[in-house]
Formats: sequence, C-alpha cells, structure tokens
Amino acid sequence: MGELLIGLYVFVLATLAGREVISKVPPTLHTPLMSGANAISGIAIIGALVVTGVADSTWVRVLGIAGIVMATINVVGGFMVTDRMLQMFKKR
Amino acid sequence: MDTSIIAQIAYLVSAILFVSGIKQLASPATARSGNIRASVAMLLAIVVTLLDNQILHWTTVVAAVIAGAVIGGVLARKIEMTAMPQLVAAFNGFGGGASAAVAAAEFIRLGGNGPGLAVGTGATIVLSTLIGAVTFSGSLIAFGKLQGIVTGRPVTFPLQKILNALLFLGVLVVGAGLADVGIGDAVASLFGSSAIEIGGPFFLALVAGALILGVLLVIPIGGADMPVVVSLLNSYSGLAAAATGFVLGNMMLIIAGSLVGAAGLILTQLMCKAMNRSLGNVAFGAFGTDGPTAKAKTGERPVRDVDAEQAAMVLAYAGSVAVVPGYGLAVAQAQHELKKVCDLLEERGVRVRFGVHPVAGRMPGHMNVLLAEADVSYDKLLDLDDINAEFDTTDVVLIVGANDVVNPAARDPDSVIAGMPILDVDKARAVIVMKRSLSPGFAGIDNDLFYMENTLMFFGDAREQMSELVKEVREA
Repeated sequence: MGELLIGLYVFVLATLAGREVISKVPPTLHTPLMSGANAISGIAIIGALVVTGVADSTWVRVLGIAGIVMATINVVGGFMVTDRMLQMFKKR
Repeated sequence: MDTSIIAQIAYLVSAILFVSGIKQLASPATARSGNIRASVAMLLAIVVTLLDNQILHWTTVVAAVIAGAVIGGVLARKIEMTAMPQLVAAFNGFGGGASAAVAAAEFIRLGGNGPGLAVGTGATIVLSTLIGAVTFSGSLIAFGKLQGIVTGRPVTFPLQKILNALLFLGVLVVGAGLADVGIGDAVASLFGSSAIEIGGPFFLALVAGALILGVLLVIPIGGADMPVVVSLLNSYSGLAAAATGFVLGNMMLIIAGSLVGAAGLILTQLMCKAMNRSLGNVAFGAFGTDGPTAKAKTGERPVRDVDAEQAAMVLAYAGSVAVVPGYGLAVAQAQHELKKVCDLLEERGVRVRFGVHPVAGRMPGHMNVLLAEADVSYDKLLDLDDINAEFDTTDVVLIVGANDVVNPAARDPDSVIAGMPILDVDKARAVIVMKRSLSPGFAGIDNDLFYMENTLMFFGDAREQMSELVKEVREA
C-alpha cells in the first residue's frame, strides 16, 4: 500500500475520531475549543523544523525559518491564551 | 523524511494525547487539563522531531523557535478578552502560512517541477500551498475586519463571483500543471518552455493566485457573519497542516491537522445552523451591513423608554432575571459592570442566569468567555434551548447589546431572518433592552420587540448605563 493511501486512511479515520470528541464540546467552551484547536494546527512546526534543519539553499532556509516563527507563534500563543481563558471558567 | 520506529511510536502517543485532550474539553471542569495535555502532546512531537532528524542548523532553528515563542507568548498574555476573535483569526493565518511555507520549501528542495517530482508529491505540495496561502491571506483580512482596520461591511463589486470562480479555476490549472498530471506539459508547451524551467514562475503564480483568492473570499463577508468565517478558516488551517503531512509523509501532521479540520468544520456547521443559512449564503450572500447605515423605518412607532432608576426597580423586584448578552456588550466592555448588577440582584434573592445565542459576538462562544472573565459561574450560562425553555417563567429579561438574535421577525416566513433560531425573550413578563438607539442590527431590519407592550427601552452606552444601574439597584 502506497504511502499516500496510508495517509488517506489516517486522515479519514482521524477526522471521524475528531468529529466524535469535538461534537461533545458544549457551546460555552466553543471559543477555547477553537483557540486550542488552532494551537494544534501549529503542528506544521514539526515540518518546518525538519525542512529548516536540513536546508541546503538560502530560499529553503528562509521559508523554513518563516515557517518555524509562524508555527511557534501559533502553538505557544494558542495554548497559552486557551489556558488563560479556561482558568476563568469557574463554578461558584 | 524517514522517521524511525521510536519516533513513530512517540507520534502515536502524541496523537492519543491530542484526542484525549480535546475530549476533556467537553466539560469546563476538565477543560484546562485537556488543553495542558494537548500542549504536552505538541511538546513531545517537537522534541521527538528534533532528536529524530539530523538538524544541521541548530542556531537558526533555536533562534526561530525563541522568536516565535516570545511573540506568541506576549500576544497571549496581553490580549483583551473582547479581542479574542481577531487574535484567533491572526493565529489561524500563521498556522496556514507556516504550512504553505513548508510546502514551498519542499518544492524548492525537491528541485521544482520535473522528472524528480513524483506525481503524488507534486499534487500534495500544490494542495498544501494552496490551502495554506488562502488561509493566510483570508485570516489577515478577517483579522483586519475584526480589528476595525478593514471595513466590517461586505465589500462587493460587479462580477465578483465570476472573478472568484475564474481565479479559482486559474489556480487549479496552474496547480494541476505543477502537480504534473499531464496538463502541465500542455500548458508548458503553450509557453514554449520545458516543464522544469517553468516550474518556478508557475509556483509563484500559484502562491499569488491563492493569496488573492483568500482576500476575495473574505472581503464580501460582513461583521456578524464572522463566527462562520473564523470557524471556516480554523478548519482550513487544519487541512493545510494535514496536506503538509502528505507532502512530508508525516502521520503526526496528518492526524493533528485532520483533528483541527474536523473541529473547524463542526463549528462552521453549528454557526450556519444558528443563523438558518447555508454556508454558500454566508460566503457569497454579502448579507447585512454591520452598522447603523441600513435605512429602516424607525421612530414612527412609540416605544417606552426608562431611565436607570426605573430599570433598577423593575430588576430589583423581580423573582427571576435572564440576561441576554450580544456583541454590544463586548464593544462597550460592560461585562464587569453587568456582573456587579447581577451580584446585587442575587444578594436581594433574585434568580439570575444568562442566555447565550450561538452566534452572539464575533466568534463561537465569544460571550461565554467575556462572562467567564467577569467571574460569572459557568453553570449560569445557558445555551439557546435551555434558556428558551425558561422564558415563560422569567419575570424580566435584560438584553445588553443584542438585536437580531432576539428579533421575533424570525418567526415570520417572509422576513430575511426567517427560520433563524432566536431567544424567545418576548415570552417573559417584561423585557428591558439596553441599546444605544433603535437602529437595526446586522440583518438591517427593524425589531418588533422594541415596540411591544412589555418592552422597556433603556438607551445609552452599555457601560455607562450599567454603572448607573449598579448605583440604582444598590439603592432600590
């Protein structure tokens, strides 16, 4: 089975699993859900790390660095702001 | 990229942590640890990636990570809760931009188009560049609209849809050419050049086309439709990451990307449902005006207006009060004053809870975050169905800066908002509407609620009036 096909299997199954767990998130938490999911989309950082780490030309390096910076903003900022929001949700 | 067995297993552990972390978001009690779990998953994935690959340029990599972490950290700490929609829009854009940058770097590394590029790889590079770039520019426009840099009104011009369609088609043709599915050679021969030489310019054309497309897709969408756009861009940023996973053959990227893609898509569907409109209508309808520019017949019918003292009396002597917040609450930053009023009412024995419409504000759940910031207990935040079941036993509804979501016109099949699920506030015994004027909301239509017999209009800036209300309730 080709790598592309395996990827497709994983993609479809992960989407279905995501659907199941995410549809149980209540409307109250939709903003933190979105900003948390947003932080997870910064997973592109691992692609950027690999590409930059082995860069053999200037352009690859420039793009890689841009990728790392943008993805890290996304990851660090996303998780931190989500935590900031979630700690405000309290029951009294 | 060849991933070792150990790294693959670590990625699997990360994937499990991501899914179970999101699962914990199902309850406010466990949500915080769920987010921490997801961030641990991310850290694990990053560390494993760094150890598993031969990183030649450590200094560069570390410097870039530190730069990004500082920028992201400062933004996350400084941002006002009212500005959360634009922050999330900007973060979406960075995620999409990162995916596109990685795909572009791979394109260059693999030597551009030509015999060296397998058909599948070419197609995935095109796809992740396309989605990533559309997400990037679209999110920047969404950020601009939410921040007030770009007009919140729909920007439309003649032949807009046709231009969008042509541009999309053009991007697809260029993309197909790059992906080398046969059309590539045909297009290349058209320009009298070999596929290899034309790869670079074609790639730039793809990036430029995708960036313009992102702008054009978001500018016709008005302010109050932003919850849909932000959700959709959220979904795109995930899909872009997943597509990059296909480029690199990395399952971690595919799994995490598809989780985000699913999250964004579910939220998009929920937002559309909450407005009873299709995604197509939101995307291309250029609905509403986001402001008092719409000319509606107002002022012809009498309204009953009250001052702070009268409003305070009505609230203070009620048995139960339901508060309905809208975007106006966020604009006026009146959430803390509102909380003070509610505390005073509760001290008097009034039962207070909040009814939050799914599309109140500029992103899904926007109002809940503002109220949580003001220390409102989350078990008092009720969603549409729960609060609607309680209105007929509620004495007073206090509406703060909301309009279309409480407009009974939604029950009229001829109205532009026909069928939109609304908060049935008119079933309560009395309604107090705190609003600057009688001007219509985003939908641009008059609100019959304001003229009803049991409705009291409490005009003014929400924050100033709320401070007045605090004083008056205290004295009542």
